[in-house]
Amino acid sequence: MVAFAGLLLLAAAGLAFMALRQSANLFYTPTALAERGGPEAGLAGKIGGFVEVGSLVYTQGSEFTFRVVDDAHSIEVEYDGIAPALFQEGAGVVAEGEFNVEGRFVASRLLAKHDENYVPRELANVESPDT
Amino acid sequence: MIEIGHFAAFLAFAASLFQSWYGLRGHRNMAASGAYAALLLMALAFSFLVVAFIQSDFSVKLVGDHSHTLKPLFYKIAGTWGNHEGSMALWCLVTIGFAVGGALRLKTGRAVFEAKAIGVQGVIATGSLAYLLFASNPFLRLNPAPLQGSGLNPVLQDPALAIHPPMLYLGYVGFSFVFALAAAGLLQGRVDRNWARAVRPFVLAAWVPLTLGIALGSYWAYYELGWGGWWFWDPVENASLMPWLIGTALLHSIIVTEKRGGFAAWTVLLAVLAFCFSILGAFLVRSGILTSVHAFAIDPLRGSLLLGGLLAYGGAALALFAWRAPALKGGPDWQMISREGALMLNNLVFAVATATVLLGTMFPLLAEMTGRQMSVGVPYFNATFVPIMAGLLVALPLVQAWSWGRAIPKYIWKRSVIIGAVAGVLILFALGFGGLPLGAALGVALGVWLLYGAGSELLRRAITPSRIFKLPARVWGMSLAHAGIGLFVIGAVVETSARYEQTLALTAGQSANLAGWEITLEGVETSEGPNWYSDRGILIASKGASKAILRPETRYYPAAQMPTTETAIHKTAFGDLYAALGDRRSVDGVTRWTFRVYFNPLIDLIFLGTLLMALGGCFAIFGKKVRIAEEASHLPEGQLPEEDVPEDKPIITAGAPASVVEVEE
Repeated sequence: MVAFAGLLLLAAAGLAFMALRQSANLFYTPTALAERGGPEAGLAGKIGGFVEVGSLVYTQGSEFTFRVVDDAHSIEVEYDGIAPALFQEGAGVVAEGEFNVEGRFVASRLLAKHDENYVPRELANVESPDT
Repeated sequence: MIEIGHFAAFLAFAASLFQSWYGLRGHRNMAASGAYAALLLMALAFSFLVVAFIQSDFSVKLVGDHSHTLKPLFYKIAGTWGNHEGSMALWCLVTIGFAVGGALRLKTGRAVFEAKAIGVQGVIATGSLAYLLFASNPFLRLNPAPLQGSGLNPVLQDPALAIHPPMLYLGYVGFSFVFALAAAGLLQGRVDRNWARAVRPFVLAAWVPLTLGIALGSYWAYYELGWGGWWFWDPVENASLMPWLIGTALLHSIIVTEKRGGFAAWTVLLAVLAFCFSILGAFLVRSGILTSVHAFAIDPLRGSLLLGGLLAYGGAALALFAWRAPALKGGPDWQMISREGALMLNNLVFAVATATVLLGTMFPLLAEMTGRQMSVGVPYFNATFVPIMAGLLVALPLVQAWSWGRAIPKYIWKRSVIIGAVAGVLILFALGFGGLPLGAALGVALGVWLLYGAGSELLRRAITPSRIFKLPARVWGMSLAHAGIGLFVIGAVVETSARYEQTLALTAGQSANLAGWEITLEGVETSEGPNWYSDRGILIASKGASKAILRPETRYYPAAQMPTTETAIHKTAFGDLYAALGDRRSVDGVTRWTFRVYFNPLIDLIFLGTLLMALGGCFAIFGKKVRIAEEASHLPEGQLPEEDVPEDKPIITAGAPASVVEVEE
């Protein structure tokens, strides 16, 4: 009984450890990414900063591109989908996804502010480009 | 007038203190009177709050901050608990309500035990009321009163969300009373079959609303957020899932305590943990540690107080447990291949699964303390929680037939061979016929397997099919709940693996295809409601002979200055065609509207399965009530029915012959 329970726990701990290694997403600001030496293709995680004013470009289809900036660096992002309600140029944004071979971040999900009082948690310490 | 409510809440605090004092000293009648008084006073206090919301009395700060004259009446009322202070008032009301429920329904014949349970619940109510009155007071005035309120978060202006918090609170707080019963059992040093028999209905009374509350929250997320999915492994969702998992483990382990007197210490530990996870959930959700629509209270003081409460109550209970549990008696011996072994397996898996969810939920918070920002996403939970639970569910139909003490191997093998064959055929069928990927085919087979298991268990217990409706309600409850899991698994697996989703950018009159549906944008119109105006897309969807009009909306609430998504759902026999309206984009002089369109196959099975689980829980409660009342009726107050349940004989359920209830192979 005890042996069985121990085995189950061990298996679960192993599973959890492997899963955490593979799927814990790190968060990068543009500056943190630059300090790291830039992204390599396939690097997955979350990035966050502000949508650079003038960078938002819509295509004929449902995709669009924009740049995420902080006070020093920027990252090119593409997304196919509906932008969250308060997504706009100059506003804070967090994107989840991975970098492609061209060094562009392909987002699978965008998070923007829910309302006036809500700032994505990750952005609390990110410097805005206009400060 | 709100001052009367404020005063009544103070009196309720005093009444709870009275209830705690007399309860812990073993005076059942005095403690019960305290509970009745506290309930009356708290109900009075709460109704003054509701009235202030109905009347839009903005001189009450809470109403001014969270309501608006233009809000429909239903949401004015629901707005009472759609904010931190009001929801704490509801929490207090429900806490006291459970003490009264206990005072009225507990008929064990052990007056001192019952008094102590009511007393411990009084201590919990006192703590909650102190937090309400001193750290999140809903009764405060605002001077000068604003002319208009600032409205309720419009995302919450929704029928499912009006009922979701009270349901969750019934569940969370229900486990507080289970905790009180466990603490009283420990204080008395008696956690035996009679204890378990008295406590089990209360476990169900917490588990059923918690199940419904989680399902409502999930359903709301499905149709309101416009993301298509129904479960996101969001920390806020996990916060409600963890007490549910522990509660489900408790629901199973207490059966062993009730029928055999075994697992006593473990059952008590689960009762303590279920409550700790409930407070942890409240802490995670309310402290502002997590950002979400739930984080009403971004106030470090409140967070620390909740954490302090968690540590104080949880710590005290665990200390009591460590002190008293070694003295608890076990049941008769059993072998691994037995009903006890099967339920132990259930409990181990549920405990381990809870631990993986806890790790995934807390890991980012722990990582943040070391200065790294990270998140743990869906893949983690899919790689840990899902296979662990799947293993248990595969075993369920096999092991549920094992008898107490020692199951007879011959029957097990016979059963396993039949079942293995059934499962193999199912998997082949699902693979060939459904054209599903392997994982999904296995999932569907598992769901059908569980449905089969639920049905075969009913037949096995009935012996002959004609007696199936004479089975006790709790046997039906068990099978309904297990069948519900089966439906849930089928729905969850099919929805997750075979969902179609696509973003469309359409000009008026343009068409696109999704999952065999031709979708045409007729146009986008504007419309207006009591406290909002909206853009409403009109999509014509057609597939063969069937035709549907979808009208997804984006609503703007000027009072709160924020938009919400109103999805449009067309139900078919095989799933939902689901559309959310996105933004308007002008490129090179052409205006397009974007839509996110999904086909969510068999999604209703997810919610239907959950409802069936809750229904099963209700059956199990009602099956119990009759018996407790009957057995307690011939016992004079205060006399302990120590010997009324022979330790080695099955309990005979009232109204059903013993052979039907307890026969094993």
